[in-house]
Amino acid sequence: MNDSSDVRDEEFIRLDGVEKVFDVRRRTGFLRREKHQVRAVDSISFRVARGEMVGYIGPNGAGKSTTIKMLTGILTPSGGRLRVAGIDPSRERTRLAQRIGVVFGQRTTLWWDLPLIDSYRLMHRMYRIPDARYRANLDRCIELLDMSELLEVPVRQLSLGQRMRGDIAAALLHDPDVLYLDEPTIGLDVVSKAKVREFLRELNAERGTTVLLTTHDLTDIEQLCRRVMVIDHGRLMYDGALSGLHEVGESERTLVVDLERELPPIDLGPSARVVRVEGPRQWLAFPASESAAPLVARVAADYPLVDLSVREPDIEAVIANMYASGGDLLQPQAGNS
Amino acid sequence: MGQGRLYAAVAVSGFRRHATYRVATAAGVFTNTVFGFVLAYTYIALWDERPGLGGYDQAQALTYVWLCQGLHATVAAMGRGMEVELIGRIRTGDIAVDLYRPADLQTWWLAGDVGRAVFHLLGRGFVPMAFGALLFDLAVPSDPLTWLAFLVAVALGVVVSFAIRYLVALSAFWLMDGAGAAQMSALAGIFFSGLLLPLNVFPGALGEIARALPWSALLQMPADVFLGERTGVGLLETYAFQGAWAVALLAAGRLVQSAATRRVVVQGG
Repeated sequence: MNDSSDVRDEEFIRLDGVEKVFDVRRRTGFLRREKHQVRAVDSISFRVARGEMVGYIGPNGAGKSTTIKMLTGILTPSGGRLRVAGIDPSRERTRLAQRIGVVFGQRTTLWWDLPLIDSYRLMHRMYRIPDARYRANLDRCIELLDMSELLEVPVRQLSLGQRMRGDIAAALLHDPDVLYLDEPTIGLDVVSKAKVREFLRELNAERGTTVLLTTHDLTDIEQLCRRVMVIDHGRLMYDGALSGLHEVGESERTLVVDLERELPPIDLGPSARVVRVEGPRQWLAFPASESAAPLVARVAADYPLVDLSVREPDIEAVIANMYASGGDLLQPQAGNS
Repeated sequence: MGQGRLYAAVAVSGFRRHATYRVATAAGVFTNTVFGFVLAYTYIALWDERPGLGGYDQAQALTYVWLCQGLHATVAAMGRGMEVELIGRIRTGDIAVDLYRPADLQTWWLAGDVGRAVFHLLGRGFVPMAFGALLFDLAVPSDPLTWLAFLVAVALGVVVSFAIRYLVALSAFWLMDGAGAAQMSALAGIFFSGLLLPLNVFPGALGEIARALPWSALLQMPADVFLGERTGVGLLETYAFQGAWAVALLAAGRLVQSAATRRVVVQGG
């Protein structure tokens, strides 16, 4: 089924300088409208190899969904070149549809008023899935996503977590080579999230399905993706290993110090700064790349120290930092090393 | 086969979706029956005063009332069908889901609407008609061929109705909210389909125009076939009229669809 005639596996998804410009009309007077252009995606280039699982993150309005929509072919790029499995998505949307699966977390592909199984029967016809394959894929999804009780339930009566599992199964019945997931865990509780992640990990490992995952939940990325791309204002700000984000994100570790009594903020010169004081407890931030030992020694020598602990930067803070700094200082790295 | 089986499955889904709402169906039947009575007595008053109005005798006029009450949901003469749903999907951006599917948007929605129409014909067609036949003297055809000819006219009416409403719905790509367009089309449908009064009672230019507009394919023409007013060449002319509107409006829908999807700005998310 993988008729990837002239596509090289390491360039299964390939974007070269892709742009998307929208015309937006804004009201400027009682009846006057002014037309101006918004660059939702501004010259993005990257490659995704077959079988890779890549996180695609960024703040609201960064251009993530626009990219996904171009990758499915429902939006035509304003510029640049875009290929998925060797296919130009907007030109051959229907042919591409056979090769990709899409899950939009905030939308559903299932029929609201019908039992879940009816939606799957339609998928069966729509993608012309051979009967045996359909049966096998459906059985597998039912087992792994724990859906046997749900098949006869009308979709409108499913919980959000159940519906999301239903949507993920619907996207996989035709054995897509590529799966786009746009916020697949949005609004789910911890147990449901874990179930979805577990399933995706297995899918990627066993089937070699290429996965592009857009999310606001960085735990999704931490647990699923070795590689992450960060986009902001339509531009790719980072493309590389998840661990590398700390270095470029100018992240800071925090030293939490408990003193004997309330004191003015600790002064350690330029190597650390106090970010918070709460009674006898003080929080000191210092660059993640530096050792905590000399700081601890100086605090212990100069102040009445009771207790201390060091907190690692969390990825969310790192990325928030990155968004805030505006990005030009961060050159995209060679992603697919 | 292949795609044909898909659209057959979509039509079956359309049928089943509407079949799930039993209370709504019962409420619709009740409303239609009540309206049937109101209109029936109005028509009796009218035809007592002007016998032979519009070329119908009183039995035909009463048959017309009950037929339309049984049929207007099937041909969605008052709107409130797939166009509302499609407009909603365009407004919220859910249309994105429909667009990345390997299926043709127009055929897809047509198939679903055909399924709905079949359900409405079975679920909402017979009861008002039976009530009417029980309490009034109706002109029900005895020739099974007339019934068959009538069903063909209804089928064509459903397609014309769909083609109009599909165009109305696509306007939402430009208007961002198609509710106004849907309302206007529903109003036009109520009047120009002949739901209030048969179009052949209208004199002069208004009558000519009303009978030439596509909405007359929804109720007026199937009713005329049912009442035996269209036979032989007249029947073929009726079909040609309905078919021509169906083809023209579906083609227009395709054109607008390709323009819409090319400039599509999928809303939100």
